[in-house]
Amino acid sequence: MAISDAIIGWKTLPFGGHVLEPGSTAKFKTGDWKSQRPVTDNSKCIKCGMCWIFCPEMAYQQTKEGFYVANLDYCKGCGICAHECPKGAITMIAEEGGKCQSA
Amino acid sequence: MSKRVGVEVSIAVADAVALARAEVIPAYPITPQTHIVEHLSEIVANGHLDAEFIPVESEHAAMSCACGSSAAGARTFTATSSQGLSLMSEILYHPGPMRLPIVMVVANRALAAPISIWNDHQDIMVQRDIGWIQTFAENGQEAVDLLLHAFRVAEDRRVALPFIVNIDGFTLSHVIEPIIMPDQEEVDRYIPPFKPHYKLDPRKPVSMGPVGIPEVYTEERMAHNEALKASKRVILQGWKEFAEIFGRQYNPVEVYRTEDAETLLVTMGSISETAMTAVDEMRNAGKKVGLVRIRLWRPFPGPEFRKAIGKAKTLAVIDRCLPPGAVCGPVGAELRSLLYRVPGAPKIFSFVAGLGGRDVTVDRFKEIVDKAELYAKKRPVELYEVIGVREK
Repeated sequence: MAISDAIIGWKTLPFGGHVLEPGSTAKFKTGDWKSQRPVTDNSKCIKCGMCWIFCPEMAYQQTKEGFYVANLDYCKGCGICAHECPKGAITMIAEEGGKCQSA
Repeated sequence: MSKRVGVEVSIAVADAVALARAEVIPAYPITPQTHIVEHLSEIVANGHLDAEFIPVESEHAAMSCACGSSAAGARTFTATSSQGLSLMSEILYHPGPMRLPIVMVVANRALAAPISIWNDHQDIMVQRDIGWIQTFAENGQEAVDLLLHAFRVAEDRRVALPFIVNIDGFTLSHVIEPIIMPDQEEVDRYIPPFKPHYKLDPRKPVSMGPVGIPEVYTEERMAHNEALKASKRVILQGWKEFAEIFGRQYNPVEVYRTEDAETLLVTMGSISETAMTAVDEMRNAGKKVGLVRIRLWRPFPGPEFRKAIGKAKTLAVIDRCLPPGAVCGPVGAELRSLLYRVPGAPKIFSFVAGLGGRDVTVDRFKEIVDKAELYAKKRPVELYEVIGVREK
């Protein structure tokens, strides 16, 4: 998709292109471009937390029940969690539907 | 009181950096800039300047370090030449849009190959579009004065842009000249303490140099370009204040015997002094010849240049750079663009001269003027000519 429009004028840009508000990235949902997402089969999950440890985006959070769920607003779909899961409980599913070849 | 001393220009430049109270000096030695940073390291080591002298491992590191220290709010100076400037290249494009007012002296030198330590302007012409303010000094006094001016203007909150003062390698950097060194009180009056808009400070965090996605990149570059163009007003004000305090007036473009001149030599840097001698001799012989010298190269002073050339019919532009495969040398090309289709504009020819330390003598200037006048009548095949090149 070609991007053609500016989102802010050059006269109103912050000085020097600086980001003046610390931690502003938290406002942005950065995972919207992933091509695949992790889906965990809780019947295989042993709650070891390997997915949580290895996730480079720190997208995994633990639920009250002790399972781990990836926040898809930040998950980039890299598949490291699926690769590292010792029980093979995580499957990568293509965003467009259907199962990934690599999974 | 200021005093007139006989001193090597590089040493005077280093002393001027100390007078300007630089706070961080990340530097790597390279001929012919070495004496500047060597002397600065001595000044700092001897306790005469309260600054961090950082002996970095390369020019790439020197410029990276300079960006960091300037971002942290420190008055930052470095110097380099030739291959060193090229090694900085990747970083040189950062401080402009990021509005970091680093001041740098470039002792201009040729680029390899073949390896040459001698003077021309090829090193800086490669870096023409880095988005720094750039001036060219003609002599030792001007090198010192333009350096103080650089600190005054770069850090001005209306400008906040990096600044290069170009001095010709060896022909300026290594000669001993009589130079009026200003005293500390005068310099302190001229250059106020550095007060940046923003600085890296954990108590008030900001991020500098983030990614510019396609939706903002054009606007970021536009903002920088507009800031650079707008800096001219402060550059001129800086020279006016300089004249008030130190008594020496500088302009973006200087003229010498241009009244009623039909042919004008156009030069930058120390070569202009020889050109003035040549103009004197040609004037004595009845030729209507003058000299226009460009001191401010970026932002280019278009209106001042147009005014300086008056009604001259021919411009003989000296390009101390041979851009292979190009239509014309960089200064010639700039002036052709500036004057294209301007009513009554002169004919412009570029003469590539003084490469890699080759002297451009008074006789060469006369040859250049003769050729320019000939080409004005009979247009040559090329828009430039390499002067003094031996065929066999």
